[in-house]
Amino acid sequence: MTTVHIQIHEKTHHGTSIPTIENFNLTLNAGEFVCLVGQSGCGKTTLLNSIAGLDSNYSGAIHVGNQFQHPKIGFVFQQPCLLPWRTVRENIELVFANQNTVPKSHIDESLELMQLTAYATAYPKQLSEGMKRRVSIIRAFATNPDLLLMDEPFVSLDAPMAREVRELLQQLWRKRPHTVLFVTHDLREAIALADKLVFLTSRPMRVLKEIEVSMARDSQSIEKFREQLFLNHPELQPLL
Amino acid sequence: MSISKNLPMLSILAFLGLWQGLAFYLHSPLLPSPETVARIFWQHCQSGELPYHLGMTLLRLIVSFAISMLLGCSIGIALGRNEKLNAFFDNWLVIFLNVPALVTIILCYVWFGLTESAAILAVILNKVPNVIVTLREGTRALDKDLLNMAKCYGFSHTKTLRHVILPQLHPFLMSATRSGLALIWKIILMVELLGRSNGMGYQLHLFFQWFDIASILAYTVAFVGVIQIFEFAVLKPLDNLALKWR
Repeated sequence: MTTVHIQIHEKTHHGTSIPTIENFNLTLNAGEFVCLVGQSGCGKTTLLNSIAGLDSNYSGAIHVGNQFQHPKIGFVFQQPCLLPWRTVRENIELVFANQNTVPKSHIDESLELMQLTAYATAYPKQLSEGMKRRVSIIRAFATNPDLLLMDEPFVSLDAPMAREVRELLQQLWRKRPHTVLFVTHDLREAIALADKLVFLTSRPMRVLKEIEVSMARDSQSIEKFREQLFLNHPELQPLL
Repeated sequence: MSISKNLPMLSILAFLGLWQGLAFYLHSPLLPSPETVARIFWQHCQSGELPYHLGMTLLRLIVSFAISMLLGCSIGIALGRNEKLNAFFDNWLVIFLNVPALVTIILCYVWFGLTESAAILAVILNKVPNVIVTLREGTRALDKDLLNMAKCYGFSHTKTLRHVILPQLHPFLMSATRSGLALIWKIILMVELLGRSNGMGYQLHLFFQWFDIASILAYTVAFVGVIQIFEFAVLKPLDNLALKWR
């Protein structure tokens, strides 16, 4: 694992003169969990799609370490994006180009950690929404990516289920600390997960502030950190 | 429960009963009874005529159906995935969809002669536009999130087609197959009637000239039977296999 540099000079959508993203620069250290926090509609999903190569209509560069090569990406989308006609295990294994290179033991371990071993041969329609999210998280981790992108993966889950999946994600990430870029508009969720918070402006989207988070992640500490954040950085309040 | 399970069989028996009743009431050679049709069917089978002509028609059906599906699916998927290509060819498609089958058949025979390849080409030209439209609409309805997932994880074109696109197109493929079989065999009969010296269309034309209604019905029953066997032996198992996950 190595650092990932993201530089987007400009990204403009067709039919608009105002750029969606402008002069966006961010460096993610190896194994760092970074949360992007910004208002809904500020361009967070557009940014992730550009990084993942789903939208190549921008000027700039995204590269790994000192080499100018595009990082290997893992992506957890807002929706689980599982193939309904494939079982849980097949959905995970399908992302490997060569079936001989599938790390079976690695996947078994992740399934166990995410409490899905009993559902390995189940089809997605037999799973709850929370279980589907867990499968998409395992799939993203399985490819051993340079950069793992997560686009509000818990957005449509109810609060208890979102908390449960978030805790399981933390367990998996501690075991396999990949570099993660996690998008959310929920500040508490961001504080609970991140090593670093990155606050974004809207239209055009730029990095407004980067804040390191190093503290215990119990609900009391999260609330205290949040209050301190607003006290020390009142300019962030309109964003949230 | 047992009644609803036996409903299809009961409906066929009711149809045969109605036919038998009408044939008995009219007592005319214009509507022979099911029993007479069965006897004539058996006679044509024993003489070897029916298997030969049915075989020729089936051969034409298989060749033209295979080519139509292959071409139609490829072009349909391409048009569904590429808006510019679709905008360019959309009018062509409308033109070919609206050219009457009879015109295509006559033109193919006039331009290429009364040959087997002209007959097959006429059938293909009639069927391909329908397959293209069905598959194009299916491709437009593909789940974009799943396609993004495939792109993001670096699926090859073949892998995306096999694991992401074709399973989603399954209902459209089956629809094109079923409607294709129904349409193609009707066109083939016309092609054979107009320009071939064998096949069911040729035979039906002869029976029409002789007013031999029993033979016409015997040949029809034979062909419908073959298509039903294909439906239950090939299409249904394929459907069950592809939709196992449901």
